[in-house]
Order: sequence, then C-alpha cells, then structure tokens
Amino acid sequence: MKIYVCIKHVPDSAVQITLMAKNQIDESVTFLMNPYDEHAVEEAVRLKERIADCEVVAVTLGKEGALSTLQSALAMGADRGVFIKTDDPPDAILTAKLLATAISQDGLPDIIFTGKESIDSQGMQTAFRIGAALDIPVAVNVAALSLDWDSNQVSNQNRVLAECEKSGGDRDVIEMHLPCVIGAGKSLNLPRYPTLPQIMKARKKKIKQIDPDSLGIEKPLASMEILKLQVTTYKRKNRILEGSPEQAVSRLIKCLHEEEKVF
Amino acid sequence: MTLTTENNAKKIGILIEFENGKIKKAEYGVITAAREAGHELYALVTETEEIDCRESLQIYGIEKIVMLSSKPEHLKQNPVRQAKAIIMAMNHFGIHTLCGLTSPWGKDLLPRIAAALDAPLVIDCLHVNFADNIAQKPQYSGKTVADIKVRGTYYIFGIRPNVTEAVEAPCRAEIIHFETNVDSKRFKVKDVKPGASRGVNLSEADIIISGGRAMRNTENYKILYDCAEVLNAAVGASRVAVDAGWVPHAMQVGQTGATVNPKLYIACGISGSVQHFAGMKTAGIIVAVNTDPDANMMRNCDYGITGDLFEIVPIFTRQLKEVPELNQL
Ligand SMILES: Cc1cc2nc3c(=O)[nH]c(=O)nc-3n(C[C@H](O)[C@H](O)[C@H](O)COP(=O)(O)OP(=O)(O)OC[C@H]3O[C@@H](n4cnc5c(N)ncnc54)[C@H](O)[C@@H]3O)c2cc1C
Ligand SMILES: Nc1ncnc2c1ncn2[C@@H]1O[C@H](COP(=O)(O)O)[C@@H](O)[C@H]1O
Repeated sequence: MKIYVCIKHVPDSAVQITLMAKNQIDESVTFLMNPYDEHAVEEAVRLKERIADCEVVAVTLGKEGALSTLQSALAMGADRGVFIKTDDPPDAILTAKLLATAISQDGLPDIIFTGKESIDSQGMQTAFRIGAALDIPVAVNVAALSLDWDSNQVSNQNRVLAECEKSGGDRDVIEMHLPCVIGAGKSLNLPRYPTLPQIMKARKKKIKQIDPDSLGIEKPLASMEILKLQVTTYKRKNRILEGSPEQAVSRLIKCLHEEEKVF
Repeated sequence: MTLTTENNAKKIGILIEFENGKIKKAEYGVITAAREAGHELYALVTETEEIDCRESLQIYGIEKIVMLSSKPEHLKQNPVRQAKAIIMAMNHFGIHTLCGLTSPWGKDLLPRIAAALDAPLVIDCLHVNFADNIAQKPQYSGKTVADIKVRGTYYIFGIRPNVTEAVEAPCRAEIIHFETNVDSKRFKVKDVKPGASRGVNLSEADIIISGGRAMRNTENYKILYDCAEVLNAAVGASRVAVDAGWVPHAMQVGQTGATVNPKLYIACGISGSVQHFAGMKTAGIIVAVNTDPDANMMRNCDYGITGDLFEIVPIFTRQLKEVPELNQL
C-alpha cells in the first residue's frame, strides 16, 4: 500500500503576526507542521504499523524552511519525503496541481492524507483540488477511519469508511473506493511526539527535492491573489463591572440591554 | 456601455441551506450581501422537499428559485451529487458567481464545486466586492484579514454567518424545477451518526456562553445550559474542557474548533489563549467572568466581572429571567 501525506509548514498558532509588505507577513517567527497535518501523518503511520508492505511518503510544497516540517513527519514515522521547493509558494489552485502531479509522478497512491485546513491561509480547499486533479473521491474533517485492505485485490476494489464531522457533532459515514483523499480533522487521533532516537533516525531518511517548474504544469487561468493583508485589531471597551456579585450582574444586564441592545 | 450591459446580465447563484425544515436564518444575510451587487439572484435548492421556501426567499429579493433534483440517485445528503447538480444548473442558467454560507455543509460543498470547475474559491468571507471580485477573509487564525482578488471564469465565495444583517427587499420569485441525473459511484453516504451536542449550531449562533477549565466536570455545564435557555444561546467550551472529556468536540470554540461570530460571547472561566481568541475574536460583544482580573480574556473583553463563575452565572440567569424582552421569546 502507498500512502502520501501532504503537510504544510505554517507559523505557530501562538505567535504574533506582523507585516513585512502590504501582502506579506514577517516570517521570522516559529514555524511548525500545520496542526491538522499532524493528525494526517499520525493516521498514515498507524495504518503502516498495521499493514504489511506499506510505504508512507510525506509531501510538502514550500520555502527552504519547510524542510524542518518534512523532517518532523519523518520522525513521526513517514518513510521518506518529497519536497517541492519554491521561494514563491503559489495559491491553492496551483499548489494542489503541483502536489497532485508530484505525487502521481512519484508513485500510485492508495490514500492521500491532508489536513482539513491550513491554519495560515485557511483555504479549506486543497484536499478537494487534489482529488479533482487525480479524479478520486474526497472526504474532509474526518474524525474516524476504517480501512478494509486486501493487498491481493486491485486497489479500487478496496474501500474505506470515513466518519466526517458535521454540525452539532453529527457524523456522516462515507464509504469511498480507493484511491481517495482523506482530510484529517482534530478528532481523528492523538498525534505522537517523536523520541530523540526517532528524530535522529529520521535524518537518514531520503528526501527528494523537486523544482516546481520541472513538473510541467501550465499556469492555471484561474487564480487567487492576496492584494493586501491587515493585522486585525478589535477595540474592546474593557469595562470591569464593580460591586457585589448581584450589583455587578445587574450592571452587566443593564449594559447589554440598554446600551448594546443584544436583547 | 458594454460594461454596464455585462454587469446587468450577471447572475449570482446562492446555495440555500435548511435546518429543521426551515431556511437557516443566516442565509438571509448571505442573500442581502449578494443583492448589493445588483445582479439577478438565483436560489439553488437541493432539498426539494422544502417546497415552502418561496415565501421566505422572495421577501429577500430572490427572483428565481431553482429546485434541483436527480434520478435515479437522489441528491439528499450526498455532497458529490449535489455539487454535480449545482454545476449543471450553473451552466444551464449561465451563473458564474456562486455564494453559500460558511457552514459545515458549505465547507464541504463549495470546494467540491470549485475543484470540479477549477474555479477560485474564498471561504469564510467577511465581505465580497462582487463588481471587482475581491473578497475579504480572515487568515492566520483570524490575526489578519486578507483582501483576495479572484480571477477566472467562475467565482465562488463562502460567506461567514452573521456578517451581514438581513434586510428585506420583497419581489416575486419564480420557481423552476431542474432535474438532473447525477451519480456518485465511488463516494456513498452510508449513515449519519447523530452528535452528542445538544442545541444550536455554534458557528451560526447569535449568543454563546462558553465554559473553560474552571467548569471542572460535565455536570457543572448545567449552569451554563440553564443560562443559555433564558438567553436563547448556544453553549461552547475551550479546548481544555473538550480534551478533558467534559463536553464533545463540536462545542469547542477556537482555532481547532468552531469559528464563531455571535452578537454576544460570554466566556466563563476561560483564560483567553490566542487559540481560543482565534475562534471568537470577531464577536460583537465579549463578556468575561473570571476570578483572575489579569486573565487575558478580562483584559480583552467589553464587559468583565471579577468573580467565581459558580456564583455569578446563577445570579445572571436569575436576573435575566426578570428581563421582559427575554421572556417574550
Ligand atoms: C495548536 C493548538 C490549538 C489549540 N486550539 C484551541 C482551540 O481551538 N480552542 C481553545 O480553547 N484552546 C485551544 N488551544 C489551547 C489553548 O492554548 C489553551 O490551553 C486553552 O484555550 C485554555 O483553556 P481555558 O481557558 O479553559 O483554561 P485555562 O487557561 O486554564 O484558564 C482557566 C481560567 O479560568 C479561571 N478560573 C478558575 N476558576 C474559576 C472560577 N471558579 N470562576 C471563574 N473563573 C475561574 C482562571 O483564572 C483562568 O483564567 C490550542 C492549543 C494549541 C497548541
Ligand atoms: N504547500 C502545501 N504543501 C503541502 N500540503 C499542503 C500545502 N498547502 C495545503 N496543503 C494540504 O492541504 C490541507 C488543506 O489546506 P488549505 O486548503 O490551505 O486549508 C493542509 O492541511 C495540507 O495537508
């Protein structure tokens, strides 16, 4: 079985974001693997631990620094990496085409894992675009996965059941034929922390570096361009209501009712 | 001159979403936002059982209601078939711009359509300029807002719930039945497992009361539910409460939970981490109840009460019951 996991190198969610140019953030902050992609890697590695003859390949598209995220995936248990290196990461339309092409030039995927969303661009679309590029089914926000795998079968006779989280915690149980794309949600599993020996061992694993131009993809007609970024500031009134609990609460209700008119 | 004609001919399709047999309230805000562009509005309905939507849609200025259906494989609950049927309708009616709510349904359906059409897509828009195809959306867990220019043959936007106040603009709507025959051979919805969370969907709630680590267990959430009942609010939680197993993940607000945009957000015993704020910083009014006056939530709220939530919340609930406006509900 061949599993690909798409992982993105993103700024740590805890850092403050400042701007360098009108449409660019200051990237001299800590970057990590996109949190949902950790769940994707974890699930892939768990499948590998269960299935004989299974290879897990981590794939990323990004700048030089993305190498460290690729190494984290290798430390978590991925077998090797594919690094589409670019100084100018494109929009989600082209990114998905590059990822899909790099994957299909590398091998025949049975499952492609992604995260359900990247926490930097919050595009919520790459999984679907990879699926469309390869013409394979997609399910995202997957909270549980079960696989019926028979290596003697041709791949598309094998199926997965994916539970996709919807509103109010409802879950759609989706059956898909392989190959397919799975967008990992937060409830899928608890990602492991690699041990030091695993981190050391990961340094010896192979990483194939690819130049996006070598993938032979024409620039798509459709595009999404960030014209401008603004750091959001929400001015809050910051009124601390004094008095006994009864008094403070009654002041609060008065404010909400008379000033804010929320009810 | 040519430009004006072109603009006038533009049509915007709107995905209509239902909940408990009724059009979602937040949908009317999406329609109002789309209407500002002055184009002809097509409502696209995939749940054909909900026939009675004409009255409510024409109040908000919808001129055409397209009722989609498919045989032999029906559309209900299958996003792959729904996406295919919507694309067929878009092509048939010449709709190049499509809007929907950024709800769990929209987040699944809109990207399927965009991917199939190779069209640009911006999800979670705070505002869309339909004339120039520029959408504003939060990025970096809401720490920034980006202006995104989309180019292509089609334009697809998911609008964040509650960003536009619904305004009526009555007209007469025509109902058009549009039958397709779409299938989804490699993708089947086998079952729907009902969720553990009661009440309203967080991402579209007007008022939310949330509890964090200070809640200590599942039972204590009762005081929040009691308060929520009076306020007609939804109940949320921080990640700590979810990870501890006190409440289901569907109740988590924040970067790895729900992004919410209520008029009022009441944070009880929540310190106000960056990741929690990522999910609720756009709330209209933030109220904090916390024993620690220096908690980040207290420093970044509109109204704060320093105190024990187990004392404050029941008093709040009791006093709210005396507000006449709330008791008319
Ligand atoms: C990648 C990543 C993603 C994350 N995603 C999320 C997310 O989506 N949502 C989220 O919430 N967190 C998220 N977190 C976790 C986040 O960093 C914080 O740990 C979490 O938000 C803290 O929850 P809390 O405020 O309930 O708990 P605490 O930070 O422990 O705060 C508890 C508060 O309760 C107050 N308190 C105690 N007793 C009382 C009382 N009796 N009455 C009133 N107040 C009292 C205390 O003063 C304190 O301020 C994420 C973290 C990471 C690293
Ligand atoms: N540059 C990238 N490199 C690798 N994977 C990516 C990249 N961008 C997006 N992805 C994958 O697509 C998922 C969804 O991203 P997005 O559509 O940006 O929300 C992420 O969780 C990743 O798994």
